[in-house]
Amino acid sequence: MSKLIFEMSRPGRRAFELPETEIPQKSSAELFNSKSLRKSDARLPEVSELDVVRHFTELSNRNFGVDTGFYPLGSCTMKYNPKINEKVASFEGFTELHPHQPADSVQGALELMHDLETYLAEITGMDFISLQPSAGAQGEMAGLMVIKAYHDKRRDTARTKILCPDSAHGTNPASAAVAGFDIINVKSNDRGMVDVDELRKLSGEDTAGLMLTNPNTLGLFEKDILEIAEIIHDCGGLLYYDGANANAILGQTRPGDMGFDVVHLNLHKTFTTPHGGGGPGAGPIGVKERLHAFLPVPWIEKTGDKYEFNYDKPDSIGKVKSLYGNFLVLIRAYAYIRTMGKEGLKQVSENAVLNANYVLARLKDAYDVPFGDRCMHEFVISGEKQKEMGANTLGIAKRLLDYGYHPPTIYFPLIVKEAMMIEPTETESKETLDDFVDALLKINAEIEEDPEMVNTAPHTTVVRRLDEVHAARHPVLKYDFPE
Amino acid sequence: MHRYIPNTESEKKLMMEQIGIQSIDELFSSIPEEIRHGDGSILPPGMSEQELIVHMRELAMKNISAYDLKCFLGAGTYDHFIPTAVGALTSRSEFYTAYTPYQAEISQGVLQAIFEYQTMVCELTGMEAANASMYDGVSATAEACAIALVTARKRNKIIVSASILPETREVIKTYMNGRDVVLLEIPFKDGETDYDALEKTLDDNTVAVCIQSPNFFGIIEDMDRVGEMIKDAGAAMIVNTDLLSLGILKPPSEAGADFVVGDAQPLGNPMAFGGPHLGFFATSGKYIRKMPGRIVGETVDTEGEKGYVLTLQTREQHIRREKATSNICSNHALNALASTIYMSLVGKEGIKEVALRCANNARYTREMLIKTGKFSDLFGKPFFKEFAVKADTDIKILNEDLHKLGYIGGFNLEKKFPWLEGGWLVAVTEKRTKVEIDDFTRLAGDAV
Amino acid sequence: MIPDKNLKYSKDHEWIEVDGETAIVGITNYAQVQLGDIVYVELPDIGMRADKDEAICAVESVKTAADIIAPLSGEVLEVNAALDDNPELINEDPYVAWIMKIQMDDITEIESLLSEDEYANFCENEG
Repeated sequence: MSKLIFEMSRPGRRAFELPETEIPQKSSAELFNSKSLRKSDARLPEVSELDVVRHFTELSNRNFGVDTGFYPLGSCTMKYNPKINEKVASFEGFTELHPHQPADSVQGALELMHDLETYLAEITGMDFISLQPSAGAQGEMAGLMVIKAYHDKRRDTARTKILCPDSAHGTNPASAAVAGFDIINVKSNDRGMVDVDELRKLSGEDTAGLMLTNPNTLGLFEKDILEIAEIIHDCGGLLYYDGANANAILGQTRPGDMGFDVVHLNLHKTFTTPHGGGGPGAGPIGVKERLHAFLPVPWIEKTGDKYEFNYDKPDSIGKVKSLYGNFLVLIRAYAYIRTMGKEGLKQVSENAVLNANYVLARLKDAYDVPFGDRCMHEFVISGEKQKEMGANTLGIAKRLLDYGYHPPTIYFPLIVKEAMMIEPTETESKETLDDFVDALLKINAEIEEDPEMVNTAPHTTVVRRLDEVHAARHPVLKYDFPE
Repeated sequence: MHRYIPNTESEKKLMMEQIGIQSIDELFSSIPEEIRHGDGSILPPGMSEQELIVHMRELAMKNISAYDLKCFLGAGTYDHFIPTAVGALTSRSEFYTAYTPYQAEISQGVLQAIFEYQTMVCELTGMEAANASMYDGVSATAEACAIALVTARKRNKIIVSASILPETREVIKTYMNGRDVVLLEIPFKDGETDYDALEKTLDDNTVAVCIQSPNFFGIIEDMDRVGEMIKDAGAAMIVNTDLLSLGILKPPSEAGADFVVGDAQPLGNPMAFGGPHLGFFATSGKYIRKMPGRIVGETVDTEGEKGYVLTLQTREQHIRREKATSNICSNHALNALASTIYMSLVGKEGIKEVALRCANNARYTREMLIKTGKFSDLFGKPFFKEFAVKADTDIKILNEDLHKLGYIGGFNLEKKFPWLEGGWLVAVTEKRTKVEIDDFTRLAGDAV
Repeated sequence: MIPDKNLKYSKDHEWIEVDGETAIVGITNYAQVQLGDIVYVELPDIGMRADKDEAICAVESVKTAADIIAPLSGEVLEVNAALDDNPELINEDPYVAWIMKIQMDDITEIESLLSEDEYANFCENEG
């Protein structure tokens, strides 16, 4: 168990020093009215630099990243984060830019962003891109607001509903609710895809749009996409693409060609910007021409060789972020696209899909495969068979920790019982995939023998299974300083 | 074969055999022919590392940054010093290549670091609980408005002071669009919230009031007075602040704040042309269970050992779906880690020292500008590290001149407030030296 | 668990005990099993309006949060404060751990509720 940094404090220890200064220095009592001042200090740690370095190094040793091992989290695309992207994103010519500097002092930054917009538009088959949203969820919110603005502009105020498949990621209905829509769930058919007849019944004059991921969250390509697009467009709605699964289709097909009107991408998934323990990411959106007027401001205008921020967009939904986007994240995505190039991106999807199908082929006998033995870049298996033997998906996931793997996504999508969603990505080798499959087969064998080993897992991690009920019933959300 | 893709031709063959296909193309057969992508992509060919570094260096060199020039510009983003250990530790790949810590047993590192971050935010803000981070200060403020709105039954007016960061006002508007709410703006008077106007506008239909202190002009607002008024109206008090200032200034909790939010970029994160920065979100009492985003809580494992988990997740989008109060999923965890390390390095004494140094440097700069005889106070109110002066000149030209001489000048207030011609918002951090300030102020005086 | 009172039920898995003009409301065993370990009950405010078929408060478990739908219209008279510190009481005995007492506006609304048999049938078909 690791000490908290506060427990390492010793009064008087320092890890920081300001330079001497010749500027006259007054005390806080001399500078401010006493009623503006703190009465007691904030109890930040008092430690040495080595204390800090050792502490956070120790914490890093109790953490698992893609660099540590295989991370087959379905829907997250945990592919390798190239080190060169880290290097170039740390150039002072990027990190030390103030966002309000005049345009002619930041032409390199604007050129990078403009070119990134061009590449993302090409990759998605859309006409215009905004790099502003900070993450996929914010991209969704912005994209849905664009849809709302479009209908409002046409005074089509009856369009209050967004259709969402019941297999959709939770951010889809949440973003739609935040954008002011009501949500209608569309049931999936028994092949795991959107039920087209259902959809036809549900769509009408109150349909603002349909949100879809394609391939969907089961890793299946919605074959009927062209028909789906027609149904929605015919009733006057718009089609929104959740780009979380774009890794499957890079260089193969494009949402713009499928008929989507608005798209968001997760740069921290498909474009390998690191997940950072939860963030930061970036969720740029793309739109077709007819929605261009509603995109967030500012936009980057290129005239000849010069780049400028332009705020002239009277119908814009406004700003979703204070400034232009998560620039340091955008740099990494740009560097990745330049590294891979046209050919490389196509190989990404080919190998991502090949790897997923290979793992599925090796697992399909021991585990239930609800939707057939072909998939795109990810697939869902079920722990139902194992449940009948006395274990469950949670136990299998925790037991995988003992084998040195980060577990796959579990209990999502909600339409599969005891779901386990596996996405290997293209950056993993065949040996890694084989070893992972072997571990899952071993765990299955363990369950057949005696499920308790699995039900009480993990056994070899720094902490055993943690009590989430206790944490939620009696929340302790910060350190309790001793008096 | 690409260096990020290990599959060799022979391995691919073996895999295809296991799957039972002859070519990878078969795996894409579910994609209708009409939309299979042609080869007309305009993307350029790939680059080796050598080439990429040269190219990125060229792009970086087309920028002039605060690395080359001395920065006196703030307006929401600040040029503070980041100790070297911050970057050294956040670049440990067990941190930055990790996913969200849903599998707590192998994510104790990130979870504990965030728990420490939450603690430090609470210490500085005086609030009972903080979440694991938001995208930035502006969205944190907007989300506080959303929570207050959902919690206040039968009220629908939100009051926003015009003295907050202009971008915050804009983003609140965007976020509130599509909700049943009335947004009202209170003007500023002499650089501060017009307290009388606020008092008149507060009523029993008010959900919340958003103020900022130190405000956009760097001025410290009268939070006690505002707190009293808001309490009387039974509304929620949302205070946007600079965590660094709370090293020496009174925490907003003491004025009765219900939400304390803001951007913690000044604590350990670079300016980065606007992102990623770091939104912090702290609250107390009945709002704790409604906080958006992820929260880390302490618990025990099956052997009684202390550990950390993401908790109170049922508020979040992945469970509540359309009933969630927020749609936030990814956050800015790595930036929060950077701030945690920064706050650990500067520590209890250091944060006071940095805050004081900024305050003193700013005062000295203001004095020297006024001494030139060309600048006068625009508002003349107590400020933290940023202040507004005015001069009889076109600030745009002034900044252009100073730029050529090696300085990034203050914010041109006329851009946001057209009646504040000649208004100049100058920020001074602990990085500025006497030599720089003397030179900057002299040149500014000469240029007017 | 077998409730030992002559209760009514709603399709939202609540039980209702009618006591004169007051309705005592809790959630059924079916509901507490679905929810799992209950970690928090967001009790309604006393004096609050309950509108039939509208959400009035919420029950949270680790894996989900469920709205409690008011089965009848009226005014909330009392709430079970014991659930503040011990939400698990609902898991332990859902028919003892009541959530709120409502002063009914319209006693005829009871007729729209389900009997024990009707509720048992309803649950079977749901599952």
